[in-house]
Amino acid sequence: MKNNVNITNSIQEFRQDFAIISGWINFRSKVLDLGCGDGALLQFLRSSLEVKGYGVEKDDTNWLACMNNGVNVIQMDLEDGLSGFEDQSFDTVILSQTLQAMHNTEEIVLEMLRVGREVIVTFPNFGYWRNRIQILSGNMPVSKILPYQWFDTPNVHLCTINDFDQFCRNHKISVLERKVITDGNQIDLMPNFLGNLAIYRLKANYLKAN
Amino acid sequence: MTENNSLGNNSVGIVAPQTAHFNTPLTLKSGAVLPQFDLVYETYGTLNADKSNAVLICHALSGTHHVAGKYTENDKYAGWWDNLVGPNKPLDTNKFFVIGLNNLGGCHGSTGPVSVNPDTNQQWGSQFPIVTVEDWVKSQALLADYLGIEQLAAVIGGSLGGMQALQWTIAYPERVRHALVIASAPNLTAQNIAFNEVARQAIITDPDFHGGDYYTHKVLPRRGLRIARMLGHITYLSDDAMGAKFGRKLKGEIKYSFDAEFEMESYLRYQGDKFAGEFDANTYLRMTRALDYYDPALNFDGDLSAALNKVTAKFLVVSFTSDWRFSPTRSREIVKALLDNERTVSYAEVTAAHGHDAFLMPDAHYHNILRAYLNSIEVGTHREK
Repeated sequence: MKNNVNITNSIQEFRQDFAIISGWINFRSKVLDLGCGDGALLQFLRSSLEVKGYGVEKDDTNWLACMNNGVNVIQMDLEDGLSGFEDQSFDTVILSQTLQAMHNTEEIVLEMLRVGREVIVTFPNFGYWRNRIQILSGNMPVSKILPYQWFDTPNVHLCTINDFDQFCRNHKISVLERKVITDGNQIDLMPNFLGNLAIYRLKANYLKAN
Repeated sequence: MTENNSLGNNSVGIVAPQTAHFNTPLTLKSGAVLPQFDLVYETYGTLNADKSNAVLICHALSGTHHVAGKYTENDKYAGWWDNLVGPNKPLDTNKFFVIGLNNLGGCHGSTGPVSVNPDTNQQWGSQFPIVTVEDWVKSQALLADYLGIEQLAAVIGGSLGGMQALQWTIAYPERVRHALVIASAPNLTAQNIAFNEVARQAIITDPDFHGGDYYTHKVLPRRGLRIARMLGHITYLSDDAMGAKFGRKLKGEIKYSFDAEFEMESYLRYQGDKFAGEFDANTYLRMTRALDYYDPALNFDGDLSAALNKVTAKFLVVSFTSDWRFSPTRSREIVKALLDNERTVSYAEVTAAHGHDAFLMPDAHYHNILRAYLNSIEVGTHREK
């Protein structure tokens, strides 16, 4: 499970999304963080907003880190869906920089919308200009936010902001808010070109009948 | 106890069982009444001044009060969960006051079928009532009273022991702060009840069983108990673990006989014989029945979430990937019911090859999980000097 550990490390180095995420979460609300790594985000949300938080994590080392950080953690594989969680049972369900490493990408987003009244998804924007330049120069992009070589990357479903907007339209997902940042600075102009990290606040337009 | 003693580092050392006698009649779930009873127990570590560091260990089918340490330096084996309990072990006796007991109906000193019924001056035998998980927890609470402990820091148990830990949080929500439910389930599956029934039939149909009153006939239903234990052993291991340990290895040349030619057979026979020589068949019957009957959701139309509605304890639930008797799916049911009630819960699914028996093994990651959780439990004032 080396890859998951690496994802955690990249989150630790790259927490500029934490501030934006916490701005979208209510005081003392109930939060589920999927692929929670070492529990740093939940720890942050608990100390800043007193949230009732649960993390989901499949990696053993991360599980222990969560426990040692005092974070409730449920060990399961997100690829199996969220069958252990009731419909609309959380105020917010978060998937922070894990979407691109999911195989069942479509399923997990729909599952999050089922379980959470609101959903926050963050992912590295593959359309960022530096990525484009690396592609144009003939190489797969490698950067601080995409630290992997093509042969050892856990990222199987990288997408651009345009791609994700399209995905939301196709799946009748309401985008309540979208923020795009690069090195901590908010990008409003040409986000799909100038933005490094995309942070979405979503809500289901409809509920899937079970 | 010293940390370095003749039994090796981190052992609780030489221990001795104690007996608590209860004169007040105990009404069991079945309606039967035990006029008086004994509970045999052991303790490790020191109860702190505000009595906030007590941890109760509940045993499974064949467990006892002898959880850790040895009775004499020459004992071949230490207590059944010695790898967990001791100074600086995951359940650290420098921090916690740990209690192990033999459950009612047991055969290691607590009142059970082998005990003498004071009304008849005969061994109870077939007349000993059926005890349930609820009855055990009730008697354990009386033991806590006896020890002057109002609230347990934690109750911990694997398998049938995990059911008792769960039941504690339901029956006495204000008396338990943490529950560690390991390799357990909120009730038995049909398949599990089926295994128990085969085990019981092996015992009951043994000609030496005499309806449970074999003591008066001066015989023991060893053959039945032996087969019951062999069956149990098969189901506590995974196919892979058995394959890795025994495979198709033969003890010698094929002899075209029904002798124990495969090492697997030899192992089962050894385990069966050993168990039949030291365990009571009536106790085995009752332990399996307690497993069958436990179902806290029964009075809530099968809704476990409703059954756990009054629970306030914090939970650690642990399962093992290769455990097919108490599979991870069953543990996840407990986790889901706790999540539905917005209770504090963490869940670990340990990758392990050993099947149900994994909960007794000193696997490093498993022990790290327990250590991390137990470390997080706050206890009040430290030990009395």
